[in-house]
Amino acid sequence: MIAVKRSKQSVLRTNNSVDLFLTVIRVVSLIVIALGLLLFFIEQIRGTALNGDAPLTGGAIRGLFVTGVSQGAMYGLIALGYSMVYGVLGFINFAHGEVFMAGAMSAWITSNILFDNGMWEGGFSFIIALLIVLLVAIVVSTLATILIERIAYRPRRESPRLIPLITSIVVSFFMQNAVLGLFGPASKTLPAPPSWMSDSYTFLEIEGTKILVMVIAAISMAGLWVFVERTKTGKAMRAVAEDKEIAALMGIDVNRTIVTTFAVGGAMAGVAGVLWGLLFRGVSSQTGFLPGIKAFTAAVIGGVGNLGGSMAGGLILGVAESVGPLLILKPMTIPAVSQLKDAVAFAVLVLVLLFKPTGLFGERLASEDRA
Amino acid sequence: MSTRSATDIDPKHSVSVGLIAGISIIFMGLVGLAVGLNERILIDPILSLGYLFLLAVPLGAGYIAANETVLEGMQAPEKGTRDIVAGALAGLAGGAMVGLFLILLDTVDLSEKMPAWGDRLLDMLSFNQGVGGGVVVAALVGTVLGALGGAIHVLKDEPRRVIKIVIISVLSFAILEAIVDDVLGEIGLKPVAKFLYSKSGGLSVLPAILVGIVALGFAIGFKGKGDELKTRYDTMEEAERKQVNKYALIAVVVAAVVLPMLLGKIVNELLANVGLFVLLALGLNIVVGRAGILDIGYVAFFAVGAYGMAVLTTPEAPWRINDTLVHDIFGWLPVLPWLVALPIVVVMTGFVGLLIGTPVIRMRGDYLAIVTLGFGEIIRLLFLSDWLSPTLGGSQGIRNIPGVNVGVTEINGTKPQYVFYLVAVFVAIAIYISHQMETSRIGRAWMAIREDEPVAEAMGINTVTTKLIAFVTGAVLASFSGAIFAAKVGSTFPNSFLLLVSIIILVVVIVGGMGNIPGVILGAVVLIGILGGPKQPGLLAEFSQFKLLIYGALLVFMMLKKPEGLLPNAARTRELHIDEALQDAWLKGDKPSSEDEVATA
Repeated sequence: MIAVKRSKQSVLRTNNSVDLFLTVIRVVSLIVIALGLLLFFIEQIRGTALNGDAPLTGGAIRGLFVTGVSQGAMYGLIALGYSMVYGVLGFINFAHGEVFMAGAMSAWITSNILFDNGMWEGGFSFIIALLIVLLVAIVVSTLATILIERIAYRPRRESPRLIPLITSIVVSFFMQNAVLGLFGPASKTLPAPPSWMSDSYTFLEIEGTKILVMVIAAISMAGLWVFVERTKTGKAMRAVAEDKEIAALMGIDVNRTIVTTFAVGGAMAGVAGVLWGLLFRGVSSQTGFLPGIKAFTAAVIGGVGNLGGSMAGGLILGVAESVGPLLILKPMTIPAVSQLKDAVAFAVLVLVLLFKPTGLFGERLASEDRA
Repeated sequence: MSTRSATDIDPKHSVSVGLIAGISIIFMGLVGLAVGLNERILIDPILSLGYLFLLAVPLGAGYIAANETVLEGMQAPEKGTRDIVAGALAGLAGGAMVGLFLILLDTVDLSEKMPAWGDRLLDMLSFNQGVGGGVVVAALVGTVLGALGGAIHVLKDEPRRVIKIVIISVLSFAILEAIVDDVLGEIGLKPVAKFLYSKSGGLSVLPAILVGIVALGFAIGFKGKGDELKTRYDTMEEAERKQVNKYALIAVVVAAVVLPMLLGKIVNELLANVGLFVLLALGLNIVVGRAGILDIGYVAFFAVGAYGMAVLTTPEAPWRINDTLVHDIFGWLPVLPWLVALPIVVVMTGFVGLLIGTPVIRMRGDYLAIVTLGFGEIIRLLFLSDWLSPTLGGSQGIRNIPGVNVGVTEINGTKPQYVFYLVAVFVAIAIYISHQMETSRIGRAWMAIREDEPVAEAMGINTVTTKLIAFVTGAVLASFSGAIFAAKVGSTFPNSFLLLVSIIILVVVIVGGMGNIPGVILGAVVLIGILGGPKQPGLLAEFSQFKLLIYGALLVFMMLKKPEGLLPNAARTRELHIDEALQDAWLKGDKPSSEDEVATA
């Protein structure tokens, strides 16, 4: 049956009061940001903060920046999964954060086993161990996401839009609690990496783990790019994202392509899970929630469906989240800004959607999903 | 049609059903559900809640394996011994899988990573027979239960119905021990309760059989009476039906007034909690069910309602004591009684609703969902932060919130019965508001927007304003609940307003039936009443540890099999089962020209 496609070209909207209100919000938020930055610069020039503390040193700012970039790389990797799935199916896969968590959990288990066998140290053996952990995490996350797609999403793919969205929230909720039940509430830590990983390198004095995280993220991203842009499967994925029906007419197996898309996104989330383990070392059943939301924010910042944009969005969000509270909120004499770190990330999400809902680098969505 | 041979089964289907059953059992074991609920005895000494969960799986698998898809318009395949064979095969497959798992459980030690991995699980799954015996027993029990499941499928509808009623009655009496005991004690029938329940908990064997016999009597005695009543009601004249509705309403009101007096503290507490969630669910029902706006930060309004009430009515509220800007500006404000503060709280929450709603209302559905989630978390984090703690108490929250002074008495958490009355009044108001709005012009506009926004807009509906009205109405209903919550609990903490609360309210609305008021109420009664709220215990307090997991599993199941909920909204059902509707229409001979026509018919 041919589905009737309606043009979603919106009729001219005339809601002046709402527009006015939105403009006010935009202006106010800009003023707040500008004020914070202004105060920050005044503090830096004056040499003391408004509440009497010493202002941030150059080294501290550089440290925050590096932390932001390494976390942002991780967000970017997760964001790729959101972005690709949104590209083909047109809904936010809320459970993607949990796929990432599954990867981090598997990293916790494998790294501890390898540590017990004495492989989590030294130079060469550590790299091999890390590769094993990465491989296991990729397999676990990919399997998790394929299972989710098969069980939860495929049967309801043609339902009204709200249904797959709610289903994905529900799946995410279930996975969190299932993992909590399976592995218990006790805190789970990865073994400490060998000492050469915590040394600082290069003139920027970046910690070894952070360099490693950035390198792994860059390699994964490059691999993904080659896969999507240079292989036949990648081409099929792009075709399905553009128009499922036409792609099917061209002889592409749409179902299989959708599964591949989920799988590739899941693999990236698995890598990100290992990166989380390297950066923070602590894993719990709640691990997936916040990074998941933040990664989605990153995907929106970069433009949903736009892979390069997702990665860039991740970096931007990572830096904003790490530097923002100290740069903008702290100069306004708000105490304990680190508590508001997550609130800042959510605020970034809201502001991005207010200012530029199509993202900084433009969305790439199927024709029917374009708003 | 000739009789089919007993081996005319689809082995692949049976085995795959069996394997899924096996995985489910292993999963239940590994999350600790089986062992955790083994303590709770249902029928002393035969059955515990943990075993009920485990044994129900192969039974269900047998039934499913025996079930064949019946195509509409085709002759249904004959039932017979083949069903039992198919069921037994499924049970055997499941049992074999559990057997393999037992061997794994014995040889590998993963207890360091998985707390449930260990001897207790082994003992339970092998029925204390050790590994070797356990494998045999598991396969045997699986086969027998699978065959039983298949046998239930073979039964005619009538005996199946009777068996169902008997089993459900016995299990309800066993599971609802606490409430039955409470009620019997309250009306002076303590000896009956003593007779029914054994000392170690659970029904004794003899009473269990008696309950079963009584249920059997009822099931046979009242056969078809329900349908009869329904047809009589359906064939009534309009005026007469209205009359009956009125009587039913009066009966409900009387029951709501009288029942709490007869019930004990536990049940009243439960009813009050259910009432609070009914209020929240009714509010979210307008937002999600009616206007189709997926708000997953709904708890924000509950929080604002509770905090608003706490701030206005508490003499020792942090902002009154600490020297802050808020104190300087509003310090003159007297401590208000609950009833006076309520309108202020409502207006305040409505305003917050407007503030949050305006920027998000034009966003695409899924963006809106995630942004509302973000707002919900921002509000909670602000309540929690040191920044606002001189005003709102931070992680210490606001304590010593006075109850509701209604002249004769003060309603607070120590008198759950009065809290229930208070909640009931507001639930009635909420139902009235919801119903009035749904049946009015604005309700039809919501429906139009939910179904197709661009078309609704083209028809001249101001979509932004209409959606905002839904959003704000939902916020106001949540503020009622929050205001009562603050007075009931006597304190507000940021951690009472986790995202989890939003999700559970959403669950209630979905399970009950999105867009349908009775459905939403039923959802709250069933879920919050039985399983319990995010922090509040339900009837099955022993579930508390696994509550969220069960919520999750239930929800996934609902979304896949019955996304329209228990008591669905008619239009929504048609929309979600478009294929079946098309098929039915085709069979009747009228061919609808498009899917849309069926969905809106």
